[in-house]
Amino acid sequence: MSRDTALVSADWAEKNLDAPGVVFVEVDEDTSAYDTGHIAGAIKLDWKTDLQDPVRRDFVNKEQFEALLSERGVSNDDIVVLYGGNNNWFAAYAYWYFKLYGHRDVKLLDGGRKKWELDARPLVRDAVSRPATQYVAQPQDTSIRAFRDEVVAAIGTKNLVDVRSPDEYAGRLLAPAHLPQEQAQRAGHIPTAISVPWSKAANEDGTFKSDDELRKLYAEAGLNDGKETIAYCRIGERSSHTWFVLQELLGHDNVKNYDGSWTEYGSLIGVPVVLGDEPGEA
Amino acid sequence: MTAPTAAGCAAPDQSAPLPASLDLEKETVITGVVRSTEGEAVPGAYVRLLDSTGEFTAEVVTSPAGQFRFFAAPGTWTLRALSRYGNGDTTVTAGRGITEATVTVTD
Repeated sequence: MSRDTALVSADWAEKNLDAPGVVFVEVDEDTSAYDTGHIAGAIKLDWKTDLQDPVRRDFVNKEQFEALLSERGVSNDDIVVLYGGNNNWFAAYAYWYFKLYGHRDVKLLDGGRKKWELDARPLVRDAVSRPATQYVAQPQDTSIRAFRDEVVAAIGTKNLVDVRSPDEYAGRLLAPAHLPQEQAQRAGHIPTAISVPWSKAANEDGTFKSDDELRKLYAEAGLNDGKETIAYCRIGERSSHTWFVLQELLGHDNVKNYDGSWTEYGSLIGVPVVLGDEPGEA
Repeated sequence: MTAPTAAGCAAPDQSAPLPASLDLEKETVITGVVRSTEGEAVPGAYVRLLDSTGEFTAEVVTSPAGQFRFFAAPGTWTLRALSRYGNGDTTVTAGRGITEATVTVTD
């Protein structure tokens, strides 16, 4: 993968709003933004109610994903262009999720909703409906999804990249600073994880930095290209953003997103945790 | 408006009252309004909270009344606002409890 195949600009998007076979999808946790105005023709996906199992802490299964996309009118041959708020966190998560279930052609709108709004590009309130399809998903591609046991086994051997803010990494905050901090699990980070906040990969307007800037960022942070990489954050959406950068923009082929992330790891009994700004020992 | 939960990461409604469960003796809340140079509230502005080294920490979108709110830690923070009308920033020193700030955006 590369920038040319994985990412589209706002200009490209505006020119292709009515292009046949292109489906725009707004993805957020709080979809109220969509209802106040969305890109013309875009359907919406809710990070929680559409993509998470309502009972267990896990994704909807293959059959549920097929039913969801069939009902929303997405077909296997469509080019799916994802965008959203929060600097595309949830859109990047959905990108990774579509890849997990084997969708062939997915793209992310560079800068997401923020760049679109700051550019004063048009948003509409029209209801969008697409004819139902018969979507067929593939079994989950777990080469891009990490589970807790392989994360514990990766300590001191694989690249672990903590993409939360420096204060969350050090254990001074438990959550991003737009949320209340009261939570049950322990603070800190996984031993030997390097700290590369997701935000370092993005410009102020939400667009991604250049490939040269991104390569330099991870090289200077100590990412070893010869090793497998697991990215994590708090609930797996900011680390999807970094997974997208490493695997889809820079073309690394051995990157996994740990969607359990800190809310799982920081609640496990008996696993090692490091406090402070240094990665710590294995 | 739904209450923020441990599983969630989207910013809560910026104009909603502080949750009743919030302990202001423990939380460091930085709140305020984004205004134009004419003093009018700017809704839909993107407000970024940067730590004392300039590192990005969080971002919210202002409410229809231009309000924003962060849950931070005691220390010095920069508030950086982006809007289609212009950008601006201001620095605050926050302790436990509520710290109020105004960010003015200009072309």
